[in-house]
Amino acid sequence: MADMTQRTEFDPLATGGKGRQRRARLTVYGLLGLFAAIYLMPAVIIFLNTLRPLEEIVRQGFISWPGSMSLHHWSEAWSSFCIGGTCEGVSRYFTNSLLMAVPATALSTALGLVNGYVLSKWRFRGDAWVFGVITLGVFLPAQMTLLPWAFVLGKLGLSNTISGLVLVHTVQGVSFTTLFCRNYFLNVPDDLIKAARIDGAGFWRIFRRIILPLSPPILIVTVIWQFTGIWNEFLFGTVFTSGANQPITSAIVAFSGSGTGERHYNVEAASVIMAALPPLFIYLVGGKYFVRGLTQGAVK
Amino acid sequence: MSTLEINDLRKSFGAVEVLKNINLSARSGEFVALVGPSGCGKSTLLSMIAGLESVSSGEIRIDGHLVNDEAPKDRDIAMVFQSYALYPTMSVRQNMTFGMECRGIAKSEQEREIQRVATMLQITPLLDRKPGQLSGGQRQRVAMGRALVRDPKMFLFDEPLSNLDAKLRIEMRSEIKKLHQNVGKTTIYVTHDQIEAMTLATRIAVMNKGVLQQYDTPDEIYRRPANMFVAGFMGSPTMNFLNATVVQGRMLRLEGAEGVLLPLPENAEVADGRSVVLGVRPEHFSPLVARRSVRKGLKSVPIRAFIEMLEPTGAETILMGRVAGQQVVLTCEPDEAPTENVEAEFEIDMDRVCLFDPDTQVRL
Ligand SMILES: Nc1ncnc2c1ncn2[C@@H]1O[C@H](COP(=O)(O)OP(=O)(O)OP(=O)(O)O)[C@@H](O)[C@H]1O
Ligand SMILES: [Mg+2]
Repeated sequence: MADMTQRTEFDPLATGGKGRQRRARLTVYGLLGLFAAIYLMPAVIIFLNTLRPLEEIVRQGFISWPGSMSLHHWSEAWSSFCIGGTCEGVSRYFTNSLLMAVPATALSTALGLVNGYVLSKWRFRGDAWVFGVITLGVFLPAQMTLLPWAFVLGKLGLSNTISGLVLVHTVQGVSFTTLFCRNYFLNVPDDLIKAARIDGAGFWRIFRRIILPLSPPILIVTVIWQFTGIWNEFLFGTVFTSGANQPITSAIVAFSGSGTGERHYNVEAASVIMAALPPLFIYLVGGKYFVRGLTQGAVK
Repeated sequence: MSTLEINDLRKSFGAVEVLKNINLSARSGEFVALVGPSGCGKSTLLSMIAGLESVSSGEIRIDGHLVNDEAPKDRDIAMVFQSYALYPTMSVRQNMTFGMECRGIAKSEQEREIQRVATMLQITPLLDRKPGQLSGGQRQRVAMGRALVRDPKMFLFDEPLSNLDAKLRIEMRSEIKKLHQNVGKTTIYVTHDQIEAMTLATRIAVMNKGVLQQYDTPDEIYRRPANMFVAGFMGSPTMNFLNATVVQGRMLRLEGAEGVLLPLPENAEVADGRSVVLGVRPEHFSPLVARRSVRKGLKSVPIRAFIEMLEPTGAETILMGRVAGQQVVLTCEPDEAPTENVEAEFEIDMDRVCLFDPDTQVRL
């Protein structure tokens, strides 16, 4: 663990003659810059459009430098724009998405941790089968599950509710979280569990005192993965909810069909960026650990 | 103080039987070493005593009480692992109190125990460190500390020293011995280092392929190994096995071109014409010029050995050579060693040799 921090990276660009070094650097940075531009350009254009008056967009087209700028469209998008008859902006749907994504992320991660703990450290007859069936969910296309879910939600009386979406996303997410956690816990030495059992610790105490403290790297991976996945998810939200109960992704789609027929490109652009901010924020906070957690089994 | 009894114990993993009919008992306060080559089932046996592996058949009794189906925590034992298995996220102190915490022992009592054990093992300055910040030897001490704080009935050690360097291993070895003398707890100690077994144990159990070969005191195991496996496993360099035939009633003829004749050891009861294996430990050869048998009043016979190679280790010199054309390894004092590629005269301590049956490998 300790030697991770002070390792100096090998720098292949700093080898060879001066001329070769300069050429290599130019090529690498040039290519990286090009691709960064390709990915960043749409985001920049969308952002600029949030600042432009509508008639300017209509007149000059979508891709153009703003003549006059104003943050007015942001507040309109957030709190007063009319979508499908209600004029509360996207704030309501933003809250819906939070109410859906936060519990679903927490629940699916918690279940994944426990599943992974059991499947890696408390082996039982047929555990490989159970693991196989759980992870099958990773490979099933979501469309296939639409009808069964509609049936289940209907039976439970959870149609068109946020709780219904929490349930769907929790169950759908358990496949991934179990896969991640189980593979991570395989790297935790079995001797630790044996020592703890001799020390007198039971199933939950071992989980709480030994497994959980070792889990932050995989916890961050699953939380980022689940939160971005659930937040950005669109199909279940659109199919199982409508009107005021929709998550933000579905609500934004409903824009195009809203009201007067006139498209408020600047307000829409602001809403889209708002919808994209939470996953971006999560990734900026945890991204460093995300990559690390995916690539290493950091227990020794 | 407690006893351990193992009766007809068997263990199978699926179709593979890894322990076959083990019978073993340890008196209270005894230090039992389990030795054997890698994969012979030592760790499995230890895990079964600890309750970490289920029993396929047979019984394990601690203090006469059948524990086959008892959970590890109810057996009141402590175990030290080869990997130490220190909880990586806890400090040394927390590592040591974890067991007491699980058993609901009062904080003040925990603190007293920590102080007692930390002083005994000289780890007081390390109490607030994490295992990752300790050296191998320190981790080893902490692992023992964790076992000691609970004052269990019995200690189980699974190759506790094998991750240490040679010097530290010898230091820790004598510390474990001292510890056992002080604490006096029944101890089962797995190792594949026969010197550790010889130096520490009151009795040694030698295992091979899941079968208990011999269970006896170190001295008995060394002098009177039950079979060729035990004879070859205990002792370094390993015992020489020379093929021979019994001739003329009380003589042994070593097989090979020259047909060397030796008198049969006194207590041996073997029929004329029978083939046997003569087992001689390297240190039971000595150069004739050293006159060891005369000085010590031993019964010996002279023999000629052709020396092919010398391996001086400092304390003693190991000689590789041939007797009657058969490969042998002998040891002698460095200043008494002959030179390479000469035929030198040695004597064999005939009181110390063993005879084995070449087919069953059992000592005769
Ligand atoms: N869970 C298991 N499933 C199947 N076979 C096992 C299992 N655990 C151990 N074995 C087998 O049992 C045999 C004995 O293993 P064990 O770990 O007891 O050997 P050991 O004597 O401790 O060896 P070493 O000196 O290498 O530690 C080995 O052949 C091993 O492959
Ligand atoms: Mg072992």
